[in-house]
Amino acid sequence: MNTPTWAVELDHVTKEFRGSTAVRDVSLKIADGEFFSLLGPSGCGKTTLLRMIAGFENPSSGDIYIEGELMGETPANQRDVNTVFQSYALFPHMSVAENVAFGLHMKKINKADVATRVKQALDMVQLHAFGERRPKQLSGGQQQRVALARALINEPEVLLLDEPLAALDLKLRKEMQLELKSIQQRLGITFIFVTHDQEEALTMSDRIAVMELGKVLQVGQPTEIYERPKTRFVADFIGECNFIDGTVMAVENGAVTLETTGGVRVVGTGMFPVAAGDHAVLAVRPEKVRLVEGQQPQGTNVFAAIVERVAYIGSDTRIIVRLPDGSPFDVWEANTVSTLDPNQYYTAGDPVFVTWATQNSLILER
Amino acid sequence: MAKILADKRIETKHGRSRPVAKRHMPWGTWALTLNAIFVYTFLYVPIIVLVLFSFNAAKVGAQWQGFTLQWYNELFADARLGDALWTSLKIAGLSTIIATTIGTLAALALEKRGWRGRKAFDTGLYLPVIIPDVVMAVSLLGFFTLAFRQFQALLGLNLAMGLWTVIISHVAFNISFVTVVVGTSLANFDRRLEEAAADLGATPWQTFWKIKFPLIGPGVLGGALLSFTLSLDDFVVTFFTRGPGVNTLTTEVYGRIKKSISPEINAISSLMLLGSTILVLTSLWMQRRRQA
Ligand SMILES: Nc1ncnc2c1ncn2[C@@H]1O[C@H](COP(=O)(O)OP(=O)(O)OP(=O)(O)O)[C@@H](O)[C@H]1O
Ligand SMILES: [Mg+2]
Repeated sequence: MNTPTWAVELDHVTKEFRGSTAVRDVSLKIADGEFFSLLGPSGCGKTTLLRMIAGFENPSSGDIYIEGELMGETPANQRDVNTVFQSYALFPHMSVAENVAFGLHMKKINKADVATRVKQALDMVQLHAFGERRPKQLSGGQQQRVALARALINEPEVLLLDEPLAALDLKLRKEMQLELKSIQQRLGITFIFVTHDQEEALTMSDRIAVMELGKVLQVGQPTEIYERPKTRFVADFIGECNFIDGTVMAVENGAVTLETTGGVRVVGTGMFPVAAGDHAVLAVRPEKVRLVEGQQPQGTNVFAAIVERVAYIGSDTRIIVRLPDGSPFDVWEANTVSTLDPNQYYTAGDPVFVTWATQNSLILER
Repeated sequence: MAKILADKRIETKHGRSRPVAKRHMPWGTWALTLNAIFVYTFLYVPIIVLVLFSFNAAKVGAQWQGFTLQWYNELFADARLGDALWTSLKIAGLSTIIATTIGTLAALALEKRGWRGRKAFDTGLYLPVIIPDVVMAVSLLGFFTLAFRQFQALLGLNLAMGLWTVIISHVAFNISFVTVVVGTSLANFDRRLEEAAADLGATPWQTFWKIKFPLIGPGVLGGALLSFTLSLDDFVVTFFTRGPGVNTLTTEVYGRIKKSISPEINAISSLMLLGSTILVLTSLWMQRRRQA
C-alpha cells in the first residue's frame, strides 16, 4: 500500500510578523488536480498562506510539503509551483511573448520548443494576435490572461492564484471564471485560488477553506460550506443568513428546540453537541424562508411579522420583515411569475407570517 | 448640464480658484512677477550676451561690429585647446565609469533593508551634494598631501599629484549624484517583479540581469550622464587636485581670462554651454522615459 501524496500539505503552519500572527496553526491537505479555494475577509491571511507555499515567505513554525516533498527553506525558484499575482506583475520591458517565454528560458529549453509552446500558451488564452505587444498596451483582462499563460506554460504541479479576477469587471470576470475552470480541468493542474468573492468560490471550487484571523474555520465542498456551515461566522460570511439567539429547551433525534428571550420556540437541525440550558443560535438562509399572508400556518417555526422593506432585484424579491421582538429578518422569494402588477408584491406595513422547515435551519454555537 | 457644472467645479478646485472677472492684479502678484523678471534677467542676460559676443567681429570692446564665425574657426585650429578638451574627456569618461559602478552598487546596498549603519551611510552619501566645491577641493587636497606623506614614510613610495588625483576626486563627488539618481529609479521599481521572476525559476543573479537592471538601466544611464556633465564642468576641484601639466577646458579658460576676456573665450564658453545643456537634457529625458 503506498501512502497517498498530496499536491500540497500544510502541517500546523504558523506565520508571525513582528508581533502579529498572520496565519495560525493551519493544517490542510490539497489533492492532486483539485480546485481549492481560500476564502475569507480582508487581512485573514490568505495571501500570506499562498506566499509561504510559493516560497516568498518562510513559516515561523510548521511544515509545507509539495508533492510529498518537505519544502523547508527551498527558495521560490526551485519550487514546482507558479503564481498568478493579483497585480499580474508582468515584466513591462518585455513583449507579451517574452513574458510568457520567461519561465522556459530559465529552464534552458531550446528555442524552437519555446516558440511552439509560447504559441500554444497564447492560443489557450486567446491572445495569439498579441504576442508582440507590450503589457501596457493590453486591457486588464488581457493582462490577466498573459499572467495566466506565463504561469501555465511551465506546467507546474500547483498553480497559486491570488485574487486573479479582482480587477476585472463583472462580465469579464464571469467569462474568466469559466475559462479558468475549463483550463484547470483540461490540464489537471492543482489550483489554489484566493478570493474574497464567495460566489466565485462556490461556483468554481472542488473544496473551499474559510479563514478568519489566520485560522481555517472550515474546509469542505461548496454545498457543505453553504448548507452545513459549522460556525456562525461561516454561515454569515458565505451567503446571507438570519440568526435567532435562544436557550436550548430540548434535543431529540437531532432536532434542537430553542426558546428566544421573547418566549418564541424555534426548532432546527443540531450541528454541534448541545444540552438543555445551553445558549445557541438558529441559522436560516433567506431563500429557505416562506412568507404567508392571511391565516397563520400550522407547525413549528412560525412568526408573525411586519413587512418593512421590499427590494425588487429582478430574479428575486428581497423582503426585510420585522419580528415581534423588533429584530429584522431577511426573506428572498424567487419571482416565478412575470407581472407588472404591484399588488403581486409585498408592500411595507403588510402583516405576514414567516415560516421555514426544521431541516432547513441549523443550530450553531452562539 | 449638471455634469458640466460638476466638472467645472472640480477644475477650479484643482487649479486654485481665481476670480473669473479679474480687473487688476493684486500687488502680491505684481511683486512676484517683478521678482521673476529680475531672476531671469540675472540668470540669462549674461549668458545671452556671452553667446552673442562669441559671434562678434570686434576683437576687443563691447561694440557690435557684425557677425563672424572667425573665433570658432580659430578655436578649432587651436592645438592647446584640443589637448585640454581631450584631458577633460579622459577625466570625465574614466571618473564617470568608476563613479557609476560604485554609485549604483551603493544605491543597491541602500535599498536592502535591515543592516547596521544604513541610515548613517545614506546621510553620508548626500554630503558631497551639499558641501561647497571649495571645501570639497581643499579637503581632497589635504587628503592627498597626507596620504602621500604616509606612503613615503611607510613604503618609501614617492607619489605626486597628476591626472589620476583629479580622476579620484571627480569620482568622489560624482558617486553621490549617481547614487541619488539610481536610488530614485530603484524606488520606482516594482519589487513584485523580482518575486515573479523567482517564481518562474530565475536565480537571484538572473533576476538582477534580466529584470532589475534593464528596468533601472535608464536611471543608471541618467546618473552617468549627470556625472559626465558635472565632471566636464568642474573647475574648482580640478584646479586644486591636478598635478603639473594637467590642463582641462575649465582650467584653460581660467588661465586665459587672467589675461583678457577674448572672443575665443566667449566661443569656448558657448560651446561648453551647448555641450552641458545637451547632456543634461539627455539625462533628464532618459529618466523621464523610464517612467513613461
Ligand atoms: N510583510 C508583512 N509584515 C507585517 N505584517 C504583515 C505582512 N504581510 C501581511 N501582514 C499582516 O498579516 C495579516 C494577513 O495579511 P494577508 O495579506 O495574508 O491578508 P489577506 O487575507 O490576503 O487579505 P486581503 O484579502 O486584503 O488581500 C494582515 O493583518 C497583514 O497586516
Ligand atoms: Mg491578499
